[in-house]
Formats: sequence, structure tokens, C-alpha cells
Amino acid sequence: MDWLNANFLPWLIPLPPFIAFAVIILLAGRSRVATQIIALGAMAITWFLSFALVLRAFAISDLGKYSRGIFGSSLSDILGSNGWLVNGTGNGALNIGVAVDPLTAVMLFMVPLVMMMIFIYTLGYMANAERHTRFFAYLSLFAGAMLTLVVADNLLLLFIGWEVMGLCSYLLIGFWYDRSPEQEVDRVAPYQAAMKAFMTTRIADVIMLIGIAYLWATTGTLNFREIFFNEATLQSLATTPALGGFLGLSAAGLIGICIVIGTVGKSAQFPLHVWLPDAMKGPTPVSAMIHAAAMVSAGVYLIIRMFPVLSAGANIEEGLLSAPMVFMAVVGGFTAIFSASIAVAQNDIKKVLAYSTVSQLGFMVAVLGVGGFAPAFFHLITHAFFKALLFLGSGSVIHGMEHGHHVAHGHHEAHGHDAAHAKHSHEAHTEHGHETHAEHGHETHSQAHGEMFDPQDMRNMGGLIRTMPVTAVTFIIGGLALAGAPLITAGFWSKDEILLEAWHLMGKNPIGLLVLVLLSLAAVLTTLYTFRQIWLTFFGEPRTEAARNAQHYNPARGDGRHEAFNSATMTIPLIVLAFFAIFAGFVGVNPSFPIIGPLLKSFGVEKPLILYIKNALLEPPPLPDFNILPVLLSFAIFGFGVYAGYVLYARRPYALGQPDPVEGLIGADAYRVLVNKYYIDEFYERAFVKPMQRIAEGYSRVVDRGIIDGILHLIATAAGYIGDVFKEFNRVVIDGVGDGIPEAIGDAARSLRPVQTGRVQQYLLFTLLAALIVGANLIVLAVAPNLVVPALIVQGGVAVVLVLFFSTGGAQATGSGD
Amino acid sequence: MTLDFLTLLTFLPMIGAGVVMLLPRSQKNLARLVALAFSVVVLGMAIALFAAYANGTCPEGNVPQEMRTAAANAPFTFVCQHVAEFFPLLNSKWHVGVDGLSVSLILLAAILTPLAILISFEVTDHVHEHMALFLFLEMGVIGLFVALDLIIFFIFWEIGLVPMYFLINYWGGKDRQYASFKFFLYTMAGSLGLLLSLQLIGIMAGTMDIPTLLATFPRGLNAQGQPLTFPFGADLGLVKALIFVAFFIAFAIKVPIFPFHTWLPDAHTEAPTAGSMLLAGILLKLGAYGFLRLVVPMFPAEAQAFAPFLAALAVGGVIFGALAAWGMNDFKRLVAYSSVNHMGFVVLGIAAFSAVYNGLLTGAQFENAEIVQRSVTMATNGAILQMFTHGLSSAGMFLLVGALYHKAHTRDLREFGGLYALAPVYGGLLIFTSMASLGLPGLAGFVSEFQVIAGSWWIFPFWVAVAMIGLFLTGAYILKGIRAVLYGPTNEHWRGHALEIEFREVVALSPLVVLMLITGLYPNWIVEIINQTVTRLLGS
Repeated sequence: MDWLNANFLPWLIPLPPFIAFAVIILLAGRSRVATQIIALGAMAITWFLSFALVLRAFAISDLGKYSRGIFGSSLSDILGSNGWLVNGTGNGALNIGVAVDPLTAVMLFMVPLVMMMIFIYTLGYMANAERHTRFFAYLSLFAGAMLTLVVADNLLLLFIGWEVMGLCSYLLIGFWYDRSPEQEVDRVAPYQAAMKAFMTTRIADVIMLIGIAYLWATTGTLNFREIFFNEATLQSLATTPALGGFLGLSAAGLIGICIVIGTVGKSAQFPLHVWLPDAMKGPTPVSAMIHAAAMVSAGVYLIIRMFPVLSAGANIEEGLLSAPMVFMAVVGGFTAIFSASIAVAQNDIKKVLAYSTVSQLGFMVAVLGVGGFAPAFFHLITHAFFKALLFLGSGSVIHGMEHGHHVAHGHHEAHGHDAAHAKHSHEAHTEHGHETHAEHGHETHSQAHGEMFDPQDMRNMGGLIRTMPVTAVTFIIGGLALAGAPLITAGFWSKDEILLEAWHLMGKNPIGLLVLVLLSLAAVLTTLYTFRQIWLTFFGEPRTEAARNAQHYNPARGDGRHEAFNSATMTIPLIVLAFFAIFAGFVGVNPSFPIIGPLLKSFGVEKPLILYIKNALLEPPPLPDFNILPVLLSFAIFGFGVYAGYVLYARRPYALGQPDPVEGLIGADAYRVLVNKYYIDEFYERAFVKPMQRIAEGYSRVVDRGIIDGILHLIATAAGYIGDVFKEFNRVVIDGVGDGIPEAIGDAARSLRPVQTGRVQQYLLFTLLAALIVGANLIVLAVAPNLVVPALIVQGGVAVVLVLFFSTGGAQATGSGD
Repeated sequence: MTLDFLTLLTFLPMIGAGVVMLLPRSQKNLARLVALAFSVVVLGMAIALFAAYANGTCPEGNVPQEMRTAAANAPFTFVCQHVAEFFPLLNSKWHVGVDGLSVSLILLAAILTPLAILISFEVTDHVHEHMALFLFLEMGVIGLFVALDLIIFFIFWEIGLVPMYFLINYWGGKDRQYASFKFFLYTMAGSLGLLLSLQLIGIMAGTMDIPTLLATFPRGLNAQGQPLTFPFGADLGLVKALIFVAFFIAFAIKVPIFPFHTWLPDAHTEAPTAGSMLLAGILLKLGAYGFLRLVVPMFPAEAQAFAPFLAALAVGGVIFGALAAWGMNDFKRLVAYSSVNHMGFVVLGIAAFSAVYNGLLTGAQFENAEIVQRSVTMATNGAILQMFTHGLSSAGMFLLVGALYHKAHTRDLREFGGLYALAPVYGGLLIFTSMASLGLPGLAGFVSEFQVIAGSWWIFPFWVAVAMIGLFLTGAYILKGIRAVLYGPTNEHWRGHALEIEFREVVALSPLVVLMLITGLYPNWIVEIINQTVTRLLGS
């Protein structure tokens, strides 16, 4: 087997992180250095392999076109066997394999790159944390699962990667498993957040499983290309009514909606978005970033991948959308504006980004709903870069704030250097530094809320650009990209394509208008909350001592090379990602965009991303013609957002303890609703979680012990009296016969005697006989209704005989014993 | 009765049991090791049998020509058969043989028994009897899987019951007497009907030979090819319906199918660790095996009529099993109820099989015949694989619960918390096994559950959709277990206690871990074997 052949190479890409996971867990867990080398080494190999493959893939401009084909191979190509799961003589057998089409190629460019940056960053961020090695193990497993999902050539393998990622997310969110709710600012323990994430996504996953099952049942395969490049299959999916005529949907409609629901869970769309903000309990922005930039992207990747099925029966040219598309447009559009509005009112730097992520994913889902295959994918890629940048940047800020907090409290003076830093990191990461006052009895600084110092609260920050310039500049670049700063950032180009798509559909289908309005408003809010975040964090005057001293390390205070190295591992990824947050957008510029389009073409960007990925589909939706109006809309959105942000936050500096300017704008009550995320968590807790728990707790007591055993015991009590009569008869007539029997049974059997005294066994026996007779009649009723009466007679006779037989027999063994 | 491979495989554990009992009473360790050695030899033989079957090198065996002819139309093809005189008065012969279904389950039984014996090393009371009972149990189980004669089948069916009764009753927990008695009587009650029915079949068909019966009985013929008659002139349909009912109840109790399951939580919870492992791992499969081997193939029409009810009961088991498990605060009871939940999927697959099998047999024209064919194959394969994978994961879960209980002397989930910090290896293994039990893709449970869901979808879309509630709740109780034991602030009470898993326990768990992973990553190693038999059964 030529493993370096492009057809087999994709198998190797997810492999090194999996191996690293196994090796770290089984062998290397005790050594920090070995763990770091193994984890980073494996990731580097993966990165190298993917890069080599991506280069080859990008060299083929019509990769994926039907006649041209793709890179890939299946398990049976390797093992020469029946594939992965045989079924009958082959009808419906499942094979798994890998494939690199344009979508996968682009993902293979983005994912390993971002992963590599995360790994490097983790080196510094988690340098002194407990359970460092376990963290790298989980991270490696996560990377392997994500890459499996990306290279999968079928829905089943994709689902495997999908769920393993879900497990990793559970493990990472619950990483500080031993913290209690009382130790957290928001009273949510990491393990609670982890369970919430797992269960919320599981709701979606079980529904998605139905979609997968249905797709398999009708088509007999789960291989992407076998389904997507088969006109007849898609046609029949679109025209066959769903099983049972469910809601008047077509088969494709029901399958599609089930699959989109999978994405709603994984990509945290309304109403299943509740897990993502809590997922920020992960130990670092690294894990937060994993949840936000990698795993949630997988959800969008799935619907982009499944687009041919989701859009089966639609005709975008004529404004005709399929049911799953309308579903996506509505859910995505609503989520975009809904969570953007929450983001405006959050003070935790990571939570703003979390809600921002939910909102941006809403953009992608919504635009896919209006047929924007290319814009959705384009935004997925650019968003991954700048959101990764922002999360890592926020981690850097938090790290600096924690450091600043401890400096401000004089820990460095109080302890020897190494011990101090180790302690700092221990507290910083495991305790978030919250308890430090109480423990050390320091003076309370002017802080917004009570006892706990929250290094993630933006109200405690301000002016960080002075002490953390690299972080600040890269963060601002990321923020500009998120807000879609015109022409220079990646986010602008992808968002512009999104608006263009909605604009294009607007005249043909009201859904287009709906999406355009929702997304435009959401974009204004995006700019506003981004401005707010950047301003509160980096500009103005420092509002606390911690902010004044915020930085990763301070040579002047005697921090050494070690800290400098850790700081560098945290800032270099920021710089790399900032580069892509700007330039990744230029690969997707619409060729007919004035000036810049032709300019890029002259630079050799022959075929922009949006054209390259078209070949992933048999019939790609048409690219909308260039239109200057949505571009102007983009400009206006950005301008208005910045203006609003400036008026609210920059013109008058924000002071600690003062109500948020937005609160003044919309009123305290409305603001409180936003801060509390529309009280959705509380609603779910009361409407679903608690009642379900109560049912579960009562179930076995009421149904199993109460009803089932209860009915049986009731009948048995009555029958027991009859048994007593026979027992008495037995005692008189056959007395003595059984005396020798227990002796003969031997050692072990002797232990039986205590139980064989009372009526217990008779109760049970009659219980069971009664149950059997009832059950028997039910079954006869089902199987042969005409025979119920004779069956009752015969069974009654049998029952009587058995009662006679057993009550005497039972009494024999027991009556003599006592 | 001459000795052949399957006969030897069946009786070797019993010989082992005898040897163990003859060892000096003081030699406890010797008794343990001898029992382990015998079970390992049996495992070796089972692996050899599985490999030979997979390679197609099993001989057909010494089946007399007339029996071969009579069984020509049987839906199963058996190999390694052996026929000898046994009980001519009852038309019963010593007839054993295997196919893909039974070799897989024999392999499971042979894998789990040595692990259970290894776990039982912690038992110090009446070691000889304890070890002998496990071997005796193994004989009963293997005997049942190889039996091709109804009388033999019934004898082993009963033998499987007795050792477990004693294991629970003597070595069990504090409510062991109630639990063992409930278990015994529940199963006995089923057995009674089974015994009567076997005799009725014997009278009607003139044979006890399972392949012959499978070939003739569903077609309304006796062993001589004449129409079935019943001596007292009773209505044949009624008699068949009654036999079906008796069979159904006997096997339904064993599986257990909701609502016949209330013996299970008590028996599992009170049994010693190794007893629970085997009870959940193998004994529950006897019931499902009975459905696949006897009930549906012999009563296809009745099974078809009953299939929708069976699907409903299956889903009832899936949902109520999960709900009950979620509500438990006793860790072992939680795991016990998870068996009701997981066996529900086995039953769902069997229901899909029942719903279609009669039509395939009678050559009915299905709408979308191709879809029906692939669905029912998938569902049936899935039901059988789920028996195997549940055997692995439930045995693993009981092992881990027992390992903790053995050290902490409590199973109350509310008394644990944060033990991950104190027992990291245990924690890792618990998470792994729990995830396998949950059906995490990449591990064994997923493959079989996916097969059942995908295969049953076309046949019972409504019930499959409802079953998803149960699948969701599976997550709830699994996470509850992990959370209560491992997560949260460390319960200071346990600091200083040695809770970490012992080396012996890791050794016993490792084969299960490896198999769960391998089956999850490459299920074909066993599904190919199962599929062969199912394909023949479904005539595709």
C-alpha cells in the first residue's frame, strides 16, 4: 500500500493525534515534557501531511468535478474485504472511507493550522497548570476526531468523529471536575456545564441519528458521493413523501430537517444554544476556542456537506426553497440576532465571544438556507481564523489579568520566584484566583461585584493596550474582522457574500428579505459589541490594579526566561492567526468586485474559493451576480455600529460601578432580560429538566415496585390463603416426607432454609402464575383473537393444575423445614 | 455418546467444576487457579471454534441422512454437528451443532467466564463451591447454545438457572434471599410453560430435533412430512397459539422484556459482582437467543401478528429502563436497569425481524422489497450484535461497580463524589466503559444500536422515533453515574481510603476494553459471521 499516495494519505491525517492520545494516556502521562513532545509532535506530523495533501489538491483546479473525481479510498480498498459493516449479500452494507474533495481540502488547510496554533498556545497557557498532561491528551483526541470528521467520505464516519468530539467537549468542559458551584462566579460548576453540553447536544444527536437511519434505509448507502452525485437518488428523495406523510414533507425534507437539527445542537443554534456559553467553563480559552471555533464549525460543515440533500427539490434560481432550507434560514437568522443581542450585555470577555460565535454560526446557517453554499463555507473558514484569534487573545488577556492581580497583591514580593509563579498558576487556573482575598487577607480593591475578583470581567479591565500591546493589536485585528471592517479584513468579504446572497433571493422569496433584515441588524449589533469589548478591555484608563499590572510576565520584577518562553508561545499563535484574519478573505473575493477583483486576479488568484468549492456539488447553486447595493449596506452597517459604539463607550469613559451605557439606552428591565439571556436557562430548568428528573426518581417506585410488583403481590396475597389451605392439608397428610430433603442438599443449600419459611415463595409463585395468565391472554388476543374464549378455558385449567401442584410441592419443601 | 468437539466443549467446564470440588478444602488459591485454568482452556476452544467457523473449516458432522433430509429446509445451517442416542422414548437425541449465531454467543460466554472467575478471587467464603458454580453455569450456557434438540435445550435452560440461584442466594447482598427467590420463581414459572409446550410439540411433530422442526413445523408438517395433528382433536391453531404464548413468556422473562423485568434489578443488585457480570453478560442473552432460534422461526405467523406489540414493549423497555436507571441512587441498581434499556434494542431488532420474517418465508410481495430486505437484515444483525456488545459493556460496568463497592462498602451514589482525583485509573476506565455502554460511536455499543435503529426505522418508524427518547435518557443516567462517582468536589470521607482499581481487576477488565474498542472500530470481524447466518435465515 502506497500510503503517501494522495488517495491513501487522508487515512494518516487523523492518526497521529489519536496515537498521541493513547500514548499519553497509557504511558507518558507522568512526564510533562514527554507529553508535550508527543502531543505537539503528532500535531506537527498531521499538519505536515495535510499541508502536503492540500498543496496537491489545490493544484487541481477542477478537483471533485464528476469526471475528474477526488482523492480517496475506502476501507475495503485497504483490507480487500467486505468493508466496515456487511449487510446481507451487500444490499445496504456500509463501508467507511476517506475522500478529499474541494471542501475537505480547504478544511484540511484551516483545521490543522488552527489546531497547531492551539497546541502551541496551550504550551504556554497551561504551562503550570495541574493535569497538564491529561489536557494535552484530550486535546489530541479532539484533534483526531475533528480531522476524522473532515476526511470522512460518508455520514457514518463523520458521525463517529462528531460524537467523539462531543465526548472530548464533555471532558474538557468538565476538566476542573472537582470544583463546586460555590467556587464559581456564576454558580455553575464545570461538571454541570459539561453535562449540560453533552445532554443538550444529545437531544439533537438522537434526532440526527433518525435522519441518518432514514437516509440509509431509502438509499442503502451513507457515502456522500454515491448520494450527492446520483441525480436519480436525489430526485426520488425529493419527490417521495416522508414515511407516514409526516407534516407533508418529502423524504429529503424529513431527513434534511433531522440533520439540520443535529447542527442546531452542535453549532448551538436556538433553541439548543444554551450549552455553549456555559462551555466556557473549560479551563482556558483554548478549550473555549475548541468549542467555539472548531467543534461548532463541525456543525456548519455538516450542513454544507449535506447541502445536496437539504436542497433536494429546491430551485434557488427561481426562489423555490426546500423545507430544510426554510428551517435553516429561520433558525439561523433568528439565532444570529438573538444571540448578538445577548452578547451586547455580557461582561465576561469569553461569554461575549461565546454568544458572538453562536450569532456568527447563525449567519452561516441562515445563508445556507437561502442557497448560499459558497458564502456559508467561506464564512466558516474566515470565522474560524478570527474567532480562534479572539478566543486565544481573550485567554491572553485573562492570563495577563490574573498575573496583574497577583502582582498587585504583592505575591511576587512575598514568595520566592518559582514558588510564586507555580502558586500563581495553580490558583489562577484551578481557582481563577477568586479566593485569594479570603485566603491571604489582602485589602479589597475597588471591584464591581463583591468578594470575588473576576479576571474575565471586562469591567475590571481597561487600558490593556499599554501593557499587552501584541495581544491588543492582534485582538483588535480579530475584532475588526468579526465586525466586518470593510475591504481590509477577512470577515468583510465573507459577510459581504452572505448579504449578497440574501439580497439576491429577496425579490423572489420573502425568506430572502427576512434573512437580509435579520442578518443586517445582527451585523450592526456585532459591530457594537465588538467595539464595546475592545474599548472596555484595551482603551481608556485601567479600572483596577490588576488591569494596571496586566501582562504575562515582567522582567523588571525578576521573571525569567521561562516566563518569556511561555509568553512567546502564547503570542506567536496570535500573530499567525491575525495574519489569516486579514488575508484569508482575499481568496474568496467575488471576481466581479470592482478594482479588487481584477487586482487579485492579476496577482494570480485565478480561481477564488467560492468557485473552487463548487465542484463539491453535482449542481452547484449559481453565484449571484455582483451588486453594489449589499456592499454599500455592509459599509453602512459597519459605520453605524462603530458610531454607536463610539457614542456609547468611547466618548465618555466607562467607570467601574457605573451602569452599562446600553442599559441607559434601553432601560434597566430590558437590559436585565439581556443579561439573563432571556431567562431561557431558567425556563428549561423548570419546564423540562426538573419534571423529567422527578419522573425518573418516581418511576421505579411507582411503576415497577408499585404497579407491576404491586398488582402481582395483591393477587398473590389472595392466592396465598388458598396456598395455606393446601399447606395445612400437606402438613397433615404428607408430614415428615420432606424432613430429610434439606439435609441432603448439602452445605450451600442449607443456607436456603431461613428463606423457605413463610409465605414469601407462595406469594411470588402465585404472583407469577397470575401474571403469566394475564400476559398469555393479552398475547392470544393479539395473535389469534378468535381463540380467546377456548384459550381462557384451557389456561384456566392449566393454572388450576399448577396451583395444586406447586402449593403442595412448595409446602413439602418448606413446611417440614420449620 | 461418543466424544466430539462440541460435546467436549460443553462438558469440559463441568469436569472442571468436579475437579475443583475434589480439591482439598484448605487449598483456596488452588481452587481459584484451577477454575480459572479450566475456563481459559474453554476460552481457547471457543476461539478455535470461532476461527474455524469464520474460515469455513468446520465439518458438517455425523448427521444421519434421514435427519439431513428432514432438515433440508431449515432456515439455519449448522456445522460441527454431532448426533447420538439420548432418550429414544421421548424421540430425543443428543444433537449439537453451531452456526454464526451460536458461535458468537459461545465466544461471549467463554470470554466472560474466566473474567468473572478472576473477579471472584475476592470471594473467601466457600471458594470451592463458588468456583464450581461458575464452571457449572458456563456448561449450562454453552450447552444451551449448542443444543439442537428441544429436550437437551430445556435441560441446559434449567441448568443455567440453578447455579445463578445459588450464587445470588449464598454470596449475594443483604436482600439476597428475596432476590434469588424472585429470580428463581420468575424463571421457573416461564420454564413450566416451556416444558409443557416442548412436550406438545414433541407429540404433534414426532421429533424433538430442532433443525427438523424448524424445517417442517412452520409449514404445518410433522417430521414425516405429514400434516400436524393433535391427538385429542384439539384445535391446532389454538395449540400453536398456546405454545407460542408459553415460549414467548419463558423467553420474555429471561431477556427480560418489559413488563416482565422486575426480577432483574433485584437479582442483579444482590448478586455478587461476578454473578452480575454473567447474569447481565450471558444469561439475559439466553432469552433473546430463544426468540431468534425458536420462537420466530417456528411460529412465524404468530410472531408477525405479535410484532407491533413486541416493538412497543421493546421501546417500553428502552424508555422505562433508562428512566428507572436515571432515578436510582444505588450504583449497581442503576447499572442493572441499564440492561433493561439496552436489551430493549435487542428486542426491537427481534420485533423488526418478526414483522418481516413470515412474509419472506411465504414469499409475500413487499412494497419497496429492496428496502425491506436490507432493513430487516440490518435490524437482525444488530439485535445479535447488541447481545454481544451489551455482554461486553454490562459485564464491564458491573465489574467496575463491584470494584468500587468492594473497597468502599457502599454503592450509594450520594456518598461518593470527586473520586477521580483519588482513583484516576479507575476513573478513566469507568468513563471509557460508561461511554461504551452509552453507545458512543467508535465503541462497540454504537454499531449495534445503529444497526437496530437504522434497520427497524422502515418497519416501525413510530416506535423507533419514540425509542430515541430512551436513547437520550441513556445519556442522562450514564452521566449521572460518572458525575456522582467521579466529578464534583472530592468527598473528604474517602481521602486515605485505597479506592484505586486493583491490578487483578484491570486484568479482568482489559479484554473487555479491547473488545469494545475493536468491535467499535471494525465490527466486521464478528458481524461477518453473524451476517452469514442472518442472510441465510432471511433468504436473501
